[in-house]
Amino acid sequence: MISELLAHLLIAVGTFFLFVGAVGLIRLPDMFTRMHATTKCTTLGAMCSLLGVALLMQGSVAVKAILIIIFLIFGNPTSAHAIARAAYRTGTRMEIGSYDAFKEEVE
Amino acid sequence: MIEISFLEGVVIVITVAFLLTFFRVIKGPTTGDRFIALDAATTITTALLVILAVVYEREWLIDVAVIYALLSFVTIIAIARYLEGGL
Repeated sequence: MISELLAHLLIAVGTFFLFVGAVGLIRLPDMFTRMHATTKCTTLGAMCSLLGVALLMQGSVAVKAILIIIFLIFGNPTSAHAIARAAYRTGTRMEIGSYDAFKEEVE
Repeated sequence: MIEISFLEGVVIVITVAFLLTFFRVIKGPTTGDRFIALDAATTITTALLVILAVVYEREWLIDVAVIYALLSFVTIIAIARYLEGGL
């Protein structure tokens, strides 16, 4: 009973973060701030939802859900970093703020 | 009045979030915007598949989610390398 309540709470928190990530993708002004919103929010949201599902359905489903969590932890920051580097090298810059830490490294 | 259980409401909210990311895929000014939105959409889809597996009591949807997470990672890395100019 208490584990079911905890699972529903985790799924609710995860859904909230997934929705916040999607809203930040629309509201924020340029590409890097959008990435700052979506990557962290969707990773945390998916992790919370999957932990909730693993608590709700025990057994082999829980093992597969934790496997997906490990994939997300390794995969999502790597892919976001690769996209950010590709976008920076092809000329995308931030619209807000004036300090650019990577300018000396590229040139 | 249609009765909606908790998990069905969760499915509705996550689907709305998925559609909101596709707004940025269609409109995004630069190519990087589109692929950031695509990355977010794949992560949201993974969570959606797992919750749908609980709602419909189909355990094989979890296997689909495992394969989907791995394939989306490889796809996004390949797209990023392609954008940089060397595949």
